[in-house]
Amino acid sequence: MTAPPDKTPFRLPVQEHARFRHLLAAEWIKLWSLRSTHRVLGAGALTVIGINVNSAASNADRLAHQPLMPSDPPPGVPARPELLFDPLHTAFVDPAWQLFVIIAATVGGIAVFGEHSSGLIRTTFAAVPDRQAVIAAKVAVVSAVMLVFGALVSGTSFGITQMLLREYGGLSLGDPGALRAVAAAALLAPLCALVGMAVGAAVRHAAGSIVAVIALLLLIPALFQGERHRWVREIGNAMPLSAWQRLVTNPERTHDLGKYPLTVTEAWIVYGAWIIAAVAVALLVTRRRDV
Amino acid sequence: MDTVIEATELTKRYGRTTAVDRMSFTVRPGVVTGFLGPNGAGKTTTLRMLLGLNRPTGGTVTVDGRPFGDRPRGLRHVGALLDAHDVHVGRTARAHLTALAVGNGLPRRRVAEVMGEVGMAEAAGRRIDGFSLGMKQRLGIAAALLGDPPVLVFDEPLNGLDPEGVHWVRGLFKQLADEGRTVLVSSHLMREMEQTAEELIVIGRGRLLAAQNLRDFAARNTRPRVGVRTPDTVVLPGLLTREGATVRREDDGSYTVTGLPAERIGELAFTHRVRLHELSPHSASLEEAFMELTRESVEYSAGAAR
Repeated sequence: MTAPPDKTPFRLPVQEHARFRHLLAAEWIKLWSLRSTHRVLGAGALTVIGINVNSAASNADRLAHQPLMPSDPPPGVPARPELLFDPLHTAFVDPAWQLFVIIAATVGGIAVFGEHSSGLIRTTFAAVPDRQAVIAAKVAVVSAVMLVFGALVSGTSFGITQMLLREYGGLSLGDPGALRAVAAAALLAPLCALVGMAVGAAVRHAAGSIVAVIALLLLIPALFQGERHRWVREIGNAMPLSAWQRLVTNPERTHDLGKYPLTVTEAWIVYGAWIIAAVAVALLVTRRRDV
Repeated sequence: MDTVIEATELTKRYGRTTAVDRMSFTVRPGVVTGFLGPNGAGKTTTLRMLLGLNRPTGGTVTVDGRPFGDRPRGLRHVGALLDAHDVHVGRTARAHLTALAVGNGLPRRRVAEVMGEVGMAEAAGRRIDGFSLGMKQRLGIAAALLGDPPVLVFDEPLNGLDPEGVHWVRGLFKQLADEGRTVLVSSHLMREMEQTAEELIVIGRGRLLAAQNLRDFAARNTRPRVGVRTPDTVVLPGLLTREGATVRREDDGSYTVTGLPAERIGELAFTHRVRLHELSPHSASLEEAFMELTRESVEYSAGAAR
């Protein structure tokens, strides 16, 4: 900046490169330069794995003192095969994975509403007016990171719990339904993060986004249950958490899936539909709105 | 003369409120242009539309002939500081600037360069939540300089800066303009612009009030006035009015005369044997001229205090 005063209009010094990978790199820096990302993901992974491992360890303790197979039912009482111990279930304890859903949705949400509530979004869009590209890069980076996070938590939970239960029918990834369960649990992280991003982009406020996404992901599947009205149950079935529950169900054990069960294929379709819808919403709501 | 920024009939309405009303103006390179208006005049809304952040309800605003929002990347075209608070305070200054630079395909060394340029090399590794407003302004200016852009837009950049910082910023704007860049700086204070801008765009209530050279603006809008104190209440006012002057009686009994130089008033008084207790010429400041011009359009005026 030591050029002598000359009033000819300033021209571009270098040619422009508008590459998508630049935006990916920028979003990567943004994600990891926040302490909250490290903290939420670190503490979240430890908690979820901890709950699962604790469940496996207590089951191992319990089973050490009782026969693996329930004793034959007394005459006249029907056999209850669903009471048979399910080792796979200990890797996928409901409360642990509900927490996992909240963590993933929060990380995704923060990545978007964090920019809106801080005002950074204006700096971002003034630097990159191609908003769709910014959101697409954010979606790609957050999904990839959350997939790795999900795979780590899911794989570790499965590995440690089944190792603790190796004496009591612990599974390996080659067993029926095991890989499917691990994959479905891993994918739940990017799915929920995307839903968090979509809600964050639509609501744009921190508290509102968190409340909305928890209601959407946890409350609705809990409310839309029961067999009285089929449509109520079908709505419940179409929620990611219901699909996840179906996908982590051990096919080697008898489970009561109810009157309107979800098939495995349908569960995967639910996953796919939510991912597509979340990405579409995140892209659409940021397209033209004033920021 | 080249026109770089051009607004044509630019309009923005929020429901029934019209924030910007059919505003047309141009900004040319090589000079600092002051964008001046009282609070709520529509400066920020206009700049946001310029940057593609808000969509105009009507009209257009272009940078180098194109709406800025149509460009895939912005930093090499327009460097902007809209609000120093538009950052995530959880990041370090370096991380904030690096993300911006990398996203625009700029080399990472630009981050250290601009931090040095704004005098913040030491603070690069610190988290922004520990920054004063002045430091955030410097950080915002650093971000605007990242892409070495031909056009720079600053919204109220002097807020929060200490006198040394204000001096530095003025020098920087002047230097950027001297390099042939287009520099648009908004402010709600004329005295900030007096020593900063060469060209002025004055707006009020979303409307364009004046767009001209600062010197022309001063010449047209700052009429000298003379304070006159006299025990006489009949003869002199009449005389002055007949000579074409405007005479206003102030609350303290003195007169404010515009349209006649002090010398002429003195001669008239002498000739007609009117006793004068005081004859004091004032030249109205630009600030007063600005207040006068925007008086009608001030949105939040302190009624009784005026």
